[in-house]
Amino acid sequence: MSDTTFARLDVLKTYKLYVGGKFPRSESGRVYEVTKATSAAGAAGKREWLANVPLGTRKDARDAVLAARKAVKGWAGTTAYNRGQVLYRVAEMLQGRREQFAAEVAVSEGIGPKKAAALVDAAIDRWVWYAGWTDKVAQIAGGANPVAGPYFNLSTPEPTGVVGIVAPQAGYGHSLLGLVSVIAPAIATGNTVVVAAAAAAPLPALSLGEVLATSDVPGGVVNIISGRTADIAPTLASHQDVNALDLTGAIAADGPGAAAALEAAAADTLKRVVRPELDPFAQDWTNAPGTDRLLSFLETKTVWHPMGI
Amino acid sequence: MPLTGRSRSGIEWRARTPRSYRVPVRPQVSVRPRWVVALADYYARRYAALVTMSTVAANAPGVAGSGLADVAASEASLRRFLHGLPGVDQVGLEARAAALGTRSIKTTAKAYGIDLAISMIDLTTLEGADTVGKVRALCAKGRTPDPTDPTTPRVAAICVYPDMVATAKDALRGTDIQVASVATAFPAGRAALPVKLADTADAVAAGADEIDMVIDRGAFLSGRHLDVFNEIVAVKEACKRPDGSSAHLKVIFETGELQTYDNVRRVSWLAMLAGADFIKTSTGKVAVNATPPVTLLMLEAVRDFRAATGVQVGVKPAGGIRTTKDALKYLVMVNETLGDDWLTPHWFRFGASSLLNDLLMQRQKLATGRYSGPDYVTVD
Repeated sequence: MSDTTFARLDVLKTYKLYVGGKFPRSESGRVYEVTKATSAAGAAGKREWLANVPLGTRKDARDAVLAARKAVKGWAGTTAYNRGQVLYRVAEMLQGRREQFAAEVAVSEGIGPKKAAALVDAAIDRWVWYAGWTDKVAQIAGGANPVAGPYFNLSTPEPTGVVGIVAPQAGYGHSLLGLVSVIAPAIATGNTVVVAAAAAAPLPALSLGEVLATSDVPGGVVNIISGRTADIAPTLASHQDVNALDLTGAIAADGPGAAAALEAAAADTLKRVVRPELDPFAQDWTNAPGTDRLLSFLETKTVWHPMGI
Repeated sequence: MPLTGRSRSGIEWRARTPRSYRVPVRPQVSVRPRWVVALADYYARRYAALVTMSTVAANAPGVAGSGLADVAASEASLRRFLHGLPGVDQVGLEARAAALGTRSIKTTAKAYGIDLAISMIDLTTLEGADTVGKVRALCAKGRTPDPTDPTTPRVAAICVYPDMVATAKDALRGTDIQVASVATAFPAGRAALPVKLADTADAVAAGADEIDMVIDRGAFLSGRHLDVFNEIVAVKEACKRPDGSSAHLKVIFETGELQTYDNVRRVSWLAMLAGADFIKTSTGKVAVNATPPVTLLMLEAVRDFRAATGVQVGVKPAGGIRTTKDALKYLVMVNETLGDDWLTPHWFRFGASSLLNDLLMQRQKLATGRYSGPDYVTVD
C-alpha cells in the first residue's frame, strides 16, 4: 500500500588475480583503487571510483612464475591444431561477454561506448587472427634447409618457455586490444605467460582471466597480476626461471630508465627481450600487428636426419 | 574385571569407566618397577590438564624397582606399559603443530635455518632403478650441493639401499658425510628375521655408518609388541662391527600405516626402550609420510624419554618434505619442543631428496636477491 520504492543495490564485483587457473587474492591481502579514466574533454570532472583490485606483490609474481613453469610442458606439448582450437574458443567466450568488456574499456580509457565496442570487436578479431597462426607459424619460422649431402636438415620453431609480459599502459586501445595483442602471440606459439596488467587500467585484464578460465586454456598458461608495475616488472626481469621478457608497457610512469633497467636485469639471465615503442603514448593498437610478436618468443631447433634409400 | 589389559596399568581405566563398573585398584607389585611408577607420575602431572587420569596407582608405594629391561620382560608387561601411556589429545596436537607452522622466519634467521636444514639432510635415493652412476652423482651433490657457492654446507648423510653402500662409501671418502643404508627388507619389512639380520649385517660389513630399519607393522598392529621389541634388539646387535663399535640404528615406524596417534606414541617408546638411536617417521613409500603432528608427537616422546632415562634419541622425519617452508617449520618445532640440544645433524635429520634443490634455490635467492629456478640446480 505504500508507494515507497526501494532502489536495488548493485552487487559489486571483487576483482581478483588470475594465477594457475585460479582466482586468488593478493598474497599481501592488499587492494588499490581503480578510478575512471577521463578524456581530455572531461578532465575537469573528478576521478570516479570504479573498483578495488588486488595489489599484487613480488611474491604473487613469484607464485605466478611457478604456475607458468608448471604449465609449459603441457601447453608446449599440445599439437598446433589443438592450440588453435583452444584459442578460437577463447574468442568465442570473449564474444559472449562483449558488453561487459566494452563497458570496462570505455571507463578504463576514457572513451565513448561506440569506440569502446569497436575496440572490443577488434580485440576479438585479433585473437582469432592469432589463433589461426598456431599451425602456420612453423612454415614461416622453420623449414627444410638446403644441404649438400644425402640427409635432411630441418629447422622447427619451439616455444621459449615462460614469458614475462609488462602489459601496454598507453596508446589507443591498450587496455584490452593492446593486452590481447601481447598475450595471444606469446601463447599461440606454445609459451606460457605471466602478465603484469596495466596498473591504471587493470579491469579488462582481470576480466580476461575469467574468460580464459572458462575456455579450454589449461591453468597456468596465462597468469595475470594487477599491481604496481615497479614491483612486478623487476621481479619478472630478474627471475631466473623466466625465459623471455616483453617490455611493451615499461614506460615513463616508472621513470624514464625503467625499460633500460629491466633490460639490464634480464640480460643477467640471457632472456629474450622485446623493447617498448619509442613513444608508447602515440601507439595505435588498432594497426595491423604483423608477425613480429609471434616470432619473438621462439627457439629454433635444427635436426639432421638421414634421407633413407 | 570387565575391561581389557589396559585397566591393569591403573592409569587409563578410571577416566573412561562408568562409575558403576569401577572396581578397586590393587597395586601391581611385581610388574610396576619404580622407574615405571616415576614415569607414570611424571606423565600424570604433565598431562593433568589434558587428560583425566588416576594417579592412585602411580603413587602406590613400595614398588620393588629394577631396570629398564623389566618393561619388556614379557608381552604382558610391555603391553601394560605401552597402553599405560596417556592417550594423545588429537585436537591439541594438531593445533599445536599447526600453530608452530605459522612462524615467520626471514632474512638472517632464514639463512641460518636453510644452512642448518641442508646440513641435516639424509640425501636419499631408494629406487629400484638406482645405478652405481646415480649413487655417485648423488654423493657428489652431497659433497658440494651448490658448486657455484663453496660456502654451502654439506649434507649429513647419503641414504641408499644396502648393495649401494660400498659405492657410496667410496664416493664419500675423505668427507665426514655418513652413509646410511636401509635394511631389514625395506620398505615392507615382510621377511623372516634371519633374512633381515643378514640384510643388516651385510650393509654394516659394506661400511654403512647408519642403518635405517623398518619395524614389523603387522606384528605391532596385531598386538605382538614383544616381537617388534625383540626384532629391534636383534637388529641393534647385528649393527655391531668386529672392532666393537656399532652402526647407528634408526628405526622407521611407517606412521602412515599405524592408524592412530596413540600407536605412534606407543611405538616411539617401544623403539626407544629397545635401544634405537634415532626414530624415523616413514619410508617415503606409502601415501602418508611425515606430517607435522606425527613428528611433533615423536619429538615429545624423545623429550620425555630423556627426562625419564637420561638417554637422548634422535628424530628423523622422512618423506613428503619438499619445500624450504616445510623444513623451516620442522626446525621451529624442534626448537620449541626440544631446544638447542637437538638442533644439530647429530640428533635431527630430514629424509629427503627434492628438498635439497628447493633449499638451494632459496639460498641463491637470499644471496642474489633474484628468484632462482630449476635450471640452476641439478636434475636428480
